[in-house]
Amino acid sequence: MRIGDAKQTYESDEAIWTTATQKFWFALFLLALLVFPLLANSYLLYLGCLVGIAVISTTGLNILTGFTGLISLGQAGFMGVGGYTVAWLSLNTGLPFPITLLLAGLMAAAVGILVGLPSLRVKGLYLAIATLAASVFLHFIFAEWEPVTGGMGGLSLEPAHLFGFTFQSDFRMYFVIVPLAVLMVLAASNVFRTRIGRAFIAIRDRDISAEILGINLLHYKLMSFALSSFYAGVAGGLFAYFYRVVTPESFPLSMSIFYLAAVIVGGMGNLLGGILGAAFMTLIPEALKLLTSALTPFYPNAPVFMSPMLEIIFGALIVGFLIFEPHGLAEIWHRIRRFFRLWPFRT
Amino acid sequence: MSILEIKNLSLSFGGVTALQDVSFRVPENTVTTIIGPNGAGKTSLFNCISGFYKPQQGTISYQGEVLSGRIKPPQRASLGLARTFQNIALFRGMTVLDNIKLGAHVHMKSGLLGSLVYFGAARREEMMVRKDVERRIIDFLEIDHIRRQPVASLSYGLQKRVELARALAMQPTVLMLDEPVAGMNREEKEDMARFILDIREEWGITVLMVEHDMGMVMDISDHIAVLNFGQVVTEGLPADVQKNPEVIKAYLGNSDIDSLRTKLNPAGEAA
Repeated sequence: MRIGDAKQTYESDEAIWTTATQKFWFALFLLALLVFPLLANSYLLYLGCLVGIAVISTTGLNILTGFTGLISLGQAGFMGVGGYTVAWLSLNTGLPFPITLLLAGLMAAAVGILVGLPSLRVKGLYLAIATLAASVFLHFIFAEWEPVTGGMGGLSLEPAHLFGFTFQSDFRMYFVIVPLAVLMVLAASNVFRTRIGRAFIAIRDRDISAEILGINLLHYKLMSFALSSFYAGVAGGLFAYFYRVVTPESFPLSMSIFYLAAVIVGGMGNLLGGILGAAFMTLIPEALKLLTSALTPFYPNAPVFMSPMLEIIFGALIVGFLIFEPHGLAEIWHRIRRFFRLWPFRT
Repeated sequence: MSILEIKNLSLSFGGVTALQDVSFRVPENTVTTIIGPNGAGKTSLFNCISGFYKPQQGTISYQGEVLSGRIKPPQRASLGLARTFQNIALFRGMTVLDNIKLGAHVHMKSGLLGSLVYFGAARREEMMVRKDVERRIIDFLEIDHIRRQPVASLSYGLQKRVELARALAMQPTVLMLDEPVAGMNREEKEDMARFILDIREEWGITVLMVEHDMGMVMDISDHIAVLNFGQVVTEGLPADVQKNPEVIKAYLGNSDIDSLRTKLNPAGEAA
């Protein structure tokens, strides 16, 4: 059990990790992330990269939907903008990946601001529909603007490179994706320690009183859209580098729903929730596939029987989480943490 | 000298008149109270001053300058007009500390990039605000024991106090309180009255409040305006307002003033 909380300065009180134990576990986690690619096989490495990309995008959507309260179904569209920006830059310029990813984020942020413009007037489900329209519109542009996007065939791109070093394998991409994911999540958690993050939450909780405190609603809603789309754009750019091809079908509408589900399952308005949700949504379908192949020796019919079941089980898991843990996976995590902190006493 | 001056203000929603030719002034560094029966237009008046409603006629002058309809609520906040709401308007998902820090929002400058890296100026600014909020406000309002708690878990009286804290963090020139002691028990009311007086005396903030609790209103107000059916009945010192037959009529709807006067003024001052 942890006793006492004797902080001497406000700085230490406002730190992200307030205790030595937390710092220790975080360092251990970083070490595990570093060691993971050295031990993992190619399949696990592939999954690790996918989770990394999903974490960035989910964190972005969490900023917008979880913290600012603006429901968006445009996430796949914003990721598409990022993906196509990276693909186009890689084909037409020789820019290294940090610059292309930054430009991808900025381009997506610009589109995000445009899409966010109606958000001052339109709220809740209506905003979801407005962003859905934007997403369909972007999909149309990806498919039809052939000179730039390559039409339905899409674009193939060169591997990411920096100082002559290319990242053509999953192993190398892992060291681009995961550090970036860690940095971007940390940056997001910084935002919520400052006035801007507080303004976002204020808008979510009660917009009238946010206004009375001098928070310009349109300004901050657009800022939230821009920040969220920036994350989506970077995630989309990484997605493009990872698969080395982008087509309009790389960013379908179901992807937007995937990320919204990740935010909800993980825990809205909780950065840790976004991470857990992204991992959950990416890994559970794979785990179910593994389960199928594990069952095959005993029940030869398992693949036939299981393949339609996978979707159902996946859906049921999501519904189950919403019913039994409406605050998401993050709440389960907090409960476990509380248990260890209070052990051997319970409350 | 009056810090806030309302002149010939009229506001109507469709056919319903909320305010009709309302004029009164708020003298600087006073506790000024607007009283009146339910539906008299007190909260509508507050909403006009803070910029949510646009009056059809009349002007609101603040520090000698007319606040036009183009000055939106956020700008009015940065001009030094702070307020609390009748039905508490705190951010329920946040801790007490974060709620109060939000009050200082307009006085902070750090931008998005600074926030993302949380380094240098952005961080220093956050720390300064934290220090200021802790020393000047949390200490003063005696809410240090609840600073880490989410607002939703607090009692009504404490929530009202946190809302006051948030308004104070805005470093206002005029503090508008909409029913600061409604629904409180006697002890909480006494605390709140003490805070309001301290805010005026020690911090030099002009307080404009709407309140129904006559005992408290008469005790701490320097200046009172009485509103009924959207019109100002009278304004002046508490003692004068108390004796005004129109006020008594507005409240009790009775012309038998002498018998009512004793009820309204149980201390038994000579009528």
